[in-house]
Amino acid sequence: MMTTIKELYEYREMIYSLVQKELRGKYKGSVLGFFWSLLIPLFQLVIYTLVFSVFMRSGIEKFYIFLFVALVPWLFFNNCIAGGATSIIQQKNLVEKIYFPRMVLPVAYAISAFINMLLSFIIVFAALFISGIGIRIAVLGYVPLIMLIELVMGVGGALLFSAMTVYFRDMEYILNIVTMAWMYLTPILYPLDQVPENIRGFLYFNPMTSVIIAYRDILYYQKVPDMRTLIYAVVWGLIILIGGWLVFGKLQRNFVEEL
Amino acid sequence: MNNPENAIEVRNVKKFFKVYYDRGITWKDKILSRGRSRYEKREVLKGISFDVKKGEAIGLIGKNGCGKSTTLKLLTKIIYPNEGEIELQGRVSSLLELGAGFHPDMSGKENIYLNAAVFGLNHREIDKRVDDIIKFSELEAFIDNPVRTYSSGMYMRLAFSVAINVDADVLLIDEILAVGDISFQKKCFEKLKDIKRTGTTIVIVSHSLDQIEKICDRTIWIEDGCIKEAGVPREIHEKYLYEMEQVRLERFQEEAYDEMQENAEEVSEPAVNSSETLDIAAQQEISIPEANAEKEEDSENETTEDISETIKTLKKNFLTRKDIIHQGNQKVRLTDMYITDIHGNERLYFETGEDIVVYLKILPTGESLTGTIFLLLYRDDGVYCYGSNTYIENKKIVEIKKNQLLKITLEKVPLLSGRYLIEAGAHDEQAIVYEHVKNAATIQMFSAKGEQGICTMGSTWILG
Repeated sequence: MMTTIKELYEYREMIYSLVQKELRGKYKGSVLGFFWSLLIPLFQLVIYTLVFSVFMRSGIEKFYIFLFVALVPWLFFNNCIAGGATSIIQQKNLVEKIYFPRMVLPVAYAISAFINMLLSFIIVFAALFISGIGIRIAVLGYVPLIMLIELVMGVGGALLFSAMTVYFRDMEYILNIVTMAWMYLTPILYPLDQVPENIRGFLYFNPMTSVIIAYRDILYYQKVPDMRTLIYAVVWGLIILIGGWLVFGKLQRNFVEEL
Repeated sequence: MNNPENAIEVRNVKKFFKVYYDRGITWKDKILSRGRSRYEKREVLKGISFDVKKGEAIGLIGKNGCGKSTTLKLLTKIIYPNEGEIELQGRVSSLLELGAGFHPDMSGKENIYLNAAVFGLNHREIDKRVDDIIKFSELEAFIDNPVRTYSSGMYMRLAFSVAINVDADVLLIDEILAVGDISFQKKCFEKLKDIKRTGTTIVIVSHSLDQIEKICDRTIWIEDGCIKEAGVPREIHEKYLYEMEQVRLERFQEEAYDEMQENAEEVSEPAVNSSETLDIAAQQEISIPEANAEKEEDSENETTEDISETIKTLKKNFLTRKDIIHQGNQKVRLTDMYITDIHGNERLYFETGEDIVVYLKILPTGESLTGTIFLLLYRDDGVYCYGSNTYIENKKIVEIKKNQLLKITLEKVPLLSGRYLIEAGAHDEQAIVYEHVKNAATIQMFSAKGEQGICTMGSTWILG
């Protein structure tokens, strides 16, 4: 394991290039280019605001912010899994022809998705200001912490599913359905206390539950997240990362033959 | 590593590939056809072991599909062995696939960074090399243009320049010294020699034995997934070429015989008829063939041989081919031609210096005639190499009777490697041609020695 980490570090330039290629290549050729990274979350926010403060009123105050601070982190995780799953098969040419630590590909994909989330957070913070909720400096320090935990989870998920997708191409489509269901099983659209108490415990088996709750505590409720929530998130993050790492390590030997 | 002096150690490596007859990729297919997911396990490498010392250059040779490229892929760690172990020391750069990971929309310079990063270089290391890379590629004027605007030659030049400037400890190369124009190829080759001089370990897979001889210290010959021989490139290559030539010649012979067979079947009726008549004739006049069976020298000691009996055992009659053209007034007709070696085995390829035996059967279309039977040898580019006839050899006009047989032994044929055409026929005393079959048979000569020209001659070379 140490040698793999060392090798991954040696190939940091490749990760950097891939992230750069991913981010720059994404909107290549479009007129607005990189601005889309900001425009897309902005329009999402506008739409949610419109829907949930005009058409469908919910009992929660400033529901659009309540939703938005949870949705942006979810979309990052969703992207890590659904998009990360194809990160190996999309680079088939490279994998078949040249040696490099294969983990570079899903890791780079997760990092580029992470950077996209950071950009979206510019809109998140702007929305917090404009809506009047504001930002409490005292809890702001927890934002990078929870982001890091989520990144660990995202990398783990990308590792796990990218390797599996090489063997079962259907994985890509199955994951689209799974992530849809997963989103509704995570308290993104609803607060956890609305869930009947006998089911609530089960939601904690969802690794994303504690992550989303932490984000919402920090940004929406402006309070320090519960220590238990953070520990849950860290433990889940490590389980997914190590699990993904091990599965990837086992499956990668036959990548070229399966591609 | 067992030996610290080695850069590469390969120990009893085996590699199988699954060849699916009908491969199910999706889950549905996997589940539905679980019981009958049939595949064949093909053993590409059957246990090979070798070491490469630091700074040594080795060449891997072998025919297509022998496993040499698989070996290289294993060394690159693109694929992993099913059994055995491979160890490499130091940074490995592979020139298996040039330009892997190039992005067409990015500039040449950006792609240098991208491609070099794929080889595991960090930004600083690339900064140090980027000028050398651009200079080597000779693309200074285009380096800021997107790679998609490059010609394929320019593309390869850039890719090669990156790969070769990585400063690897082990360089793996698969048949890629055919980059760009001749002058660039030469440059690449020189660069490769320089790299070798700096102590880089090099493994080359190539069909260009010449290149291997110029760079490598050792050649490993792989055949059917095993190492057949390893040693000094020149010696191994000579054996390899000799064997490849044998394989080629055998195939040539097989094809020629098959063609004969097919044509014989198509024109079976006349062929059967004529040979039947001849067989009957042969039985009626048994004593004649032998008496007239003339040839250069064998007549002295082999007159007792019954040519008519020998000829019955031969099967590959060249004259049953459909494309045979008979010229002359056709007062006689050449019906059979067989070619064998000195032991009577039918063969179409001979080593320089071997004896070649040609059997002919000639049939007068009317009554018996007198004349001369001749045999000519041309090289396939039309050079007339040899010709003789019964008059030159035996100093007399021969009688051409019904089912006339003739055995000609060409002794110690000195012709060098190449294809030769055999023609035969007969003419009368005034040289009016009765029959002349052009391109009756094609044979192949091969020479292990590698001399040039038309024929060999004994020679001694003494340096003063």
